[in-house]
Amino acid sequence: MTSIKTSHHPQLSDAVNRIEPSGIRRFFDLASSMDNIISLGVGEPDYSTPWNVREASIHSLERGVTSYTANAGLIELREAISRYLQKRFQVSYDPENEVVVTVGASEGIDLALRAILNPGDEVLIAEPCFVSYAPLVSLVGGIPVPIPTSIETDFEVDAAEVEARITNNTKALMLSFPNNPTGAVMGMEGLKKIAEVVIKHNLIVLSDEIYAELSYDAEHVSVPVLDGMWERTILISGFSKAFAMTGWRIGYVAAPEPYAKAMLKIHQYAMMCASTMAQYAALEAMTNGRDEMEEMVTNYRQRRNFFVKSLREIGLTCHTPGGAFYAFPSIKSTGLTSEEFAEKLLIDQRVAVVPGHVFGEGGEGHIRCSYAASMKQLEEAIERIDAFLKSL
Amino acid sequence: MKEKEQELLLLIEKEGRMAEATLAKMLDTSKEDVSSMLRSLEKKKIILGYSAIIDWTKVNIAETVTAMIDVKVTPKRGVGFDEVAERIYRFKEVKATYLMSGTYDLSVVIEGRSMSEIANFVSEKLSTLDSVISTTTHFQLKKYKHDGVVFGEDEDDDKRMVVSP
Repeated sequence: MTSIKTSHHPQLSDAVNRIEPSGIRRFFDLASSMDNIISLGVGEPDYSTPWNVREASIHSLERGVTSYTANAGLIELREAISRYLQKRFQVSYDPENEVVVTVGASEGIDLALRAILNPGDEVLIAEPCFVSYAPLVSLVGGIPVPIPTSIETDFEVDAAEVEARITNNTKALMLSFPNNPTGAVMGMEGLKKIAEVVIKHNLIVLSDEIYAELSYDAEHVSVPVLDGMWERTILISGFSKAFAMTGWRIGYVAAPEPYAKAMLKIHQYAMMCASTMAQYAALEAMTNGRDEMEEMVTNYRQRRNFFVKSLREIGLTCHTPGGAFYAFPSIKSTGLTSEEFAEKLLIDQRVAVVPGHVFGEGGEGHIRCSYAASMKQLEEAIERIDAFLKSL
Repeated sequence: MKEKEQELLLLIEKEGRMAEATLAKMLDTSKEDVSSMLRSLEKKKIILGYSAIIDWTKVNIAETVTAMIDVKVTPKRGVGFDEVAERIYRFKEVKATYLMSGTYDLSVVIEGRSMSEIANFVSEKLSTLDSVISTTTHFQLKKYKHDGVVFGEDEDDDKRMVVSP
């Protein structure tokens, strides 16, 4: 049976027309069409979720726990998150009113932006950064304002650069440390200077700390721990990176009650609640997942040491990434753009990396290499990149 | 013990064949430092050897039979279980010997070419020792996981997309 078709022009919103598909997409298509690839282009752990976590979720299914949970998430999970944040980063949130379990940290970012932005509001975004920040700001009518960081300052955000871009319309500052794609971290000293500017201009901070556990050289400093920052910070995090749970799509936001309540309003209409079985998995990760997670972190640190040293040995300039699982070497010495370099490397040597420019200002001239790969793959990748550099 | 040495031990316990140059980079130190740490750990008998984990079922010519034997013994005054344990573990067929808590005393792991070879060993060598009161022999039927390594299918092949943000 065929139905009769009428003429219909797609009528899309201006907002969605304003944003571009992610620059990673083209690369993904190209890489997917090839064989024998070593991929350093992946933004997720190379581990499977620890077995006890998977098992807990299976058990929840066996018990038939398959209904909705409270909008904000299982109270046991929120309590566990609250205890964890207190113990690990010395920040306090009331599990009843100040924590919302989300569908990955990605939803958390969207909720935070939708909860605070009016059309025309400007959001300062420290770049290079995760690809979704600016498009999500645009979608709600906000204006993303990049604050470039560079290898000269180890990709830390300079408070003066922040202040220079503040206008009457500036509403918020987006930070993400440890950073994807640079692996940069920010310590107490640098954050304090930023906090001063933020407080002076009465901004809100959205702090995406999804990589917090993956800090290798110094303890992670959570933004709301700084004086005067808790009341103006929305903390966004999740289980994907530290607990190798990317596919579960489970994260959380923690913020003072008015912000948390506003985000919960959007979440309850748009999402209802995060997946129940993923919430049970997350609860197990919070309760019994620490040892295995620390083992993974140790392994990432060792691979980072190996990979960054090896990159330098074959002639690339690379700052020491203090966190996450990315190295962000400069490829400026080759005279190629990031896009050209990444594409040529992929075609000639079958190593997939992500060109730095897709992560925003300051990313051009760099490539993002994820070292969440086995040592064997990393060793082979270094050999191939070395051969590639010599062939230029 | 230095923290670096511990980290080194944990690394080579999992992957004994890693090159010293690679280990040096992973541990953020020099190759010479890794060499000297390894030598000193070997000298102190902390590292007792380097061996491979082999799935012998995939090697047609050399299938072996493994048995775990629970042994009850009478401990001797002055030397306790150590003397009888030593008499047992000195046999080259014995791959491992542990003193256990519970209903028996020594757990002895034996490898042989056939069940009868192991049966002979138990009846002629093990049971005839003065201190041995009784033995219970369990033959291994299948090896699923050994020393942290899963045998057979590799469930950990990369299922990730090639490029993701």
